[in-house]
Amino acid sequence: MSEAQHIIPARLQEIVEDFQSMDRGEKLEALLEYSDQLPPLPEELRSAPLEHVDECATPIAIATERQGSAVVFHFDIPPESPTVRGFAAILREGLAGSSPQDVLSLPGDIYYTMGLHQALSPQRLNGMHFMLIHLKRAAARELAHKGR
Amino acid sequence: MAEYAHPEVLVETDWVADHLNDPQVRLIESNEDILLYDQGHIPGAVKIDWISDLNDQVVRDYLDKERFEQLLAAKGISNDTTVVFYGDKNNWWATYALWVFKLFGHSDARILNGGRAKWIAEGRELTRDVPQYSAGSYTAPERDDAAIRAFRDEVRQHIKQDGTALVDVRSPQEYSGERTHMPDYPQEGTLRGGHIPTAASIPWAKAVKEDSTFKSTEELQELYASQGVTPDKDVIAYCRIGERSSHTWFVLTYLLGYPRVRNYDGSWTEWGNSVGLPIEKSYNG
Repeated sequence: MSEAQHIIPARLQEIVEDFQSMDRGEKLEALLEYSDQLPPLPEELRSAPLEHVDECATPIAIATERQGSAVVFHFDIPPESPTVRGFAAILREGLAGSSPQDVLSLPGDIYYTMGLHQALSPQRLNGMHFMLIHLKRAAARELAHKGR
Repeated sequence: MAEYAHPEVLVETDWVADHLNDPQVRLIESNEDILLYDQGHIPGAVKIDWISDLNDQVVRDYLDKERFEQLLAAKGISNDTTVVFYGDKNNWWATYALWVFKLFGHSDARILNGGRAKWIAEGRELTRDVPQYSAGSYTAPERDDAAIRAFRDEVRQHIKQDGTALVDVRSPQEYSGERTHMPDYPQEGTLRGGHIPTAASIPWAKAVKEDSTFKSTEELQELYASQGVTPDKDVIAYCRIGERSSHTWFVLTYLLGYPRVRNYDGSWTEWGNSVGLPIEKSYNG
């Protein structure tokens, strides 16, 4: 999708700009606040298969729910991974009300635009990259589903 | 059950709970996840971050004597302080930080057996309060890389010599060359997959039990000796960037008492990318 227009939903754009204006310490503080706010996975979605990643990576489970034209993402990420939780909470808040097409239009390097590479190790950024790819795959599935 | 070779370097959660207010003891949390300490840590513990505190920001190397002295003094650590490391991921970064402290010869450095996970599993207290300690007085010698740190060219000689052992502590998929990184992560960072010729594959995680504590002396002896990694040999351990292999370095050095163990911190990110160096690959997919 290299030629496609990348669009960031308004709320997510605000968050991105907030992060851009923060220094390294403030970014980490904000990320922890987001991590604290990530709601638990709703009980009824607990049946979703957990995607376990071997070795040291974070086991992330993502459930996708349609609410009208919007797609809502629910995350299950262990408390031992606050940086990944923080990024998930940002996406959850920033993408509230977004359609699957909106998710597909997100730029893939949003964590760089936020300046998170100043604060986090390459492995953490990889985790964020991985999460974004998952959301896009889920969004693509939703679109395909709708088309059938 | 036989005792570990140096049992004094391991402390249990009860011991830590009893020494929370001991001015002679400084708890240090070192994690992979940079926010974990801020989210909650053992009361009184200070944080040391492997990237921003221990690594030089320009040269791929560790901090020098002056900055080590400044770092420790700022954390309220003096030369005679007992430092106890703990952290996430079964103490990877805790053993890594301990290894760096040993490059500067800090005498009394220990590991909390079971790390952060065990402390939490036992329902013990965590806090977000960051303690303030008055500055310590610290004088370090110049960093000594000779005894416990291996460099690329040393590894190159090492694999041609008799009486040596090389341990690859990464996952089986990384060792075989199927992957250059942990499963399910973007495959980037290293040009080639595989391992250093002659290396035995003994993933670090085989040294720990379900509850993150270390296995018994007998189990550990069997684990390493069965792969030819015996105490009579000159041993080098490596992984991707030297953190998981610090864990194995710790096990071999302190729990099993091997006299000559070095950590090759350049590890696969250096060897796998270096021009002119041979690799072995067992994956043929």
